[in-house]
Amino acid sequence: MIFKKTKGLELQMDTFLDKISEAGIVFRRGVKNYLNKDEEDFERHLEHIRRLEHEADELRKNIETQLYTQTLVPESRGDILALMETTDDVIDRATDTLSEMSIERPMIPEAFRPGYIELAKAVVKAMEEMVKALRAFMRDPLNVRNYLHKVYHFEKESDRLAEDLKRSIFASTDLELSEKIHLRYFALHIDTIADRAEDVADRLAIYTIKRSI
Amino acid sequence: MLTMLFLSSGLFLGWSLGANDASNIFGTAVGTRMVKFYTAAIVASIFVVLGAVVSGAGTTHTLGKLGAVDMIAGAFMVALAAAVTVFWMTKLSLPVSTSQAIVGAIVGWNMFAGKTTDIGALTKIASTWVMSPILAAAFSFVFFLLFKKILEVWKIHIFRLDAYTRIGLIVIGAFGAYSLGANNIGNVMGVFVSVAPFESLNLWGLDITGVSQLFLLGGLAIAVGIFTYSKRVMLTVGEGVVKLTPQSALIVVLSQSIVLFLFASKGLEGWLLAHNLPTIPLVPVSSSQVVIGSVLGIGIAHGGRGIRFRVLGKIASGWVTTPIIAAIISFISLFFLQNVFDQQVVKPTELLGIHQTVNIESETNG
Repeated sequence: MIFKKTKGLELQMDTFLDKISEAGIVFRRGVKNYLNKDEEDFERHLEHIRRLEHEADELRKNIETQLYTQTLVPESRGDILALMETTDDVIDRATDTLSEMSIERPMIPEAFRPGYIELAKAVVKAMEEMVKALRAFMRDPLNVRNYLHKVYHFEKESDRLAEDLKRSIFASTDLELSEKIHLRYFALHIDTIADRAEDVADRLAIYTIKRSI
Repeated sequence: MLTMLFLSSGLFLGWSLGANDASNIFGTAVGTRMVKFYTAAIVASIFVVLGAVVSGAGTTHTLGKLGAVDMIAGAFMVALAAAVTVFWMTKLSLPVSTSQAIVGAIVGWNMFAGKTTDIGALTKIASTWVMSPILAAAFSFVFFLLFKKILEVWKIHIFRLDAYTRIGLIVIGAFGAYSLGANNIGNVMGVFVSVAPFESLNLWGLDITGVSQLFLLGGLAIAVGIFTYSKRVMLTVGEGVVKLTPQSALIVVLSQSIVLFLFASKGLEGWLLAHNLPTIPLVPVSSSQVVIGSVLGIGIAHGGRGIRFRVLGKIASGWVTTPIIAAIISFISLFFLQNVFDQQVVKPTELLGIHQTVNIESETNG
């Protein structure tokens, strides 16, 4: 009985992390579709990431309720909840960014497209390493550090790429200030996804110490 | 009725043992909400009674060797003196253990009765007080490293580990309660063994000896202590003094249970004897001090950070002060019970001697 419940919860947690990981891939493809003016695929990916966000949200609420109503993992459930909520912020940020692209339709000149693609790639890598760290936290806490330093690496990489992108945008003489601000806004928003992944990593670093017997 | 009145001091000791010492076994489990209080109380009660009835004889025998209290009024006062010592020292926030108090109280009776205390037995008992926390520390140190290795290799999911730990806390807690009953029933009922007037009973073809009935009664007093008063103590242990993870708590309970069992098991003693190995003395030890030893073992495995040597010094001082205080209280109160309340606390062997002499003389004269 107790193992059946536990197995169910393990499965839900794994599925939650799968959704986050998948959302990263969908986000990267969505950005690429937008930059390549592939409207149909972009909207399809936006729809997909919204669905993933909704499903991850449901799973999170389900796990939270079970942890509290059945008094499971009393020592670490607060930490697990905080981790899941912070992780939810990452997928929310990615979904909002694609959604804002769909609404605001920023005009991105050809010259800046590789910069946005590189930025999106670095951000998604930070997300993927964050998911690996979370999986390690659940099963193999000693390995968490191996992934955390990669999250920090890709977060820094994203900051650098975003800064380079913003500098080249504002150095451009072909754009109006309003256009520059609009483009900076999107560079900033994509970069924020990596910042949220870093927040998860910061929490994980502490919770992993707490988890050791 | 009078028997029950005389047994009351022992039953009070039993109640106080249940109220305080059950928390050494289930405190962290209940305090961290890994196990519900009622689950812990039911498991602890059943196994404490079982341990007392099935394996309680070993430690009781050792206490009997130290001093065979031979009148029920004397036994009442010895147990009461131990209870008062425990109560008084607890009030003064001094580290105290029922095991050490009862030994002191028995020595007090020996002094009052003019009997020589078996120094060999006393040394054996005192050495186990020092040995038991050290042994517990060694066990928990080894178990800690072992558990750590197992978790590294098996990579158990946090939810599954939670389930295993819960089951472990209950199963090992049951073993701990059994060992506590076996090891400490001697403190509660030991002094009454040779003086309680219980006849053997035959229930459904099962022979229940007077001693078993006495231990059952003591076990039930411990169970009442668990149900009526241990919840508060358990919550304090779990949330206050030492913060342990549920996995560390499991190691602490396991080490403690093994130590209590080692110092109580006649079966193990027989096995060691049969294999020509040195035996472990069967002596009631302090479960609180064994727990402190276990926690210390984990502290050492962590690199020795945060070990409070003052606490250890206080415990060591308790090994000396508790028996002395209990012996003094026992001696004085036996004096009062005999001379003020006119109760026989020592069997009048001298009188028997005189009587015999008279008879011999009259026979000789006749």
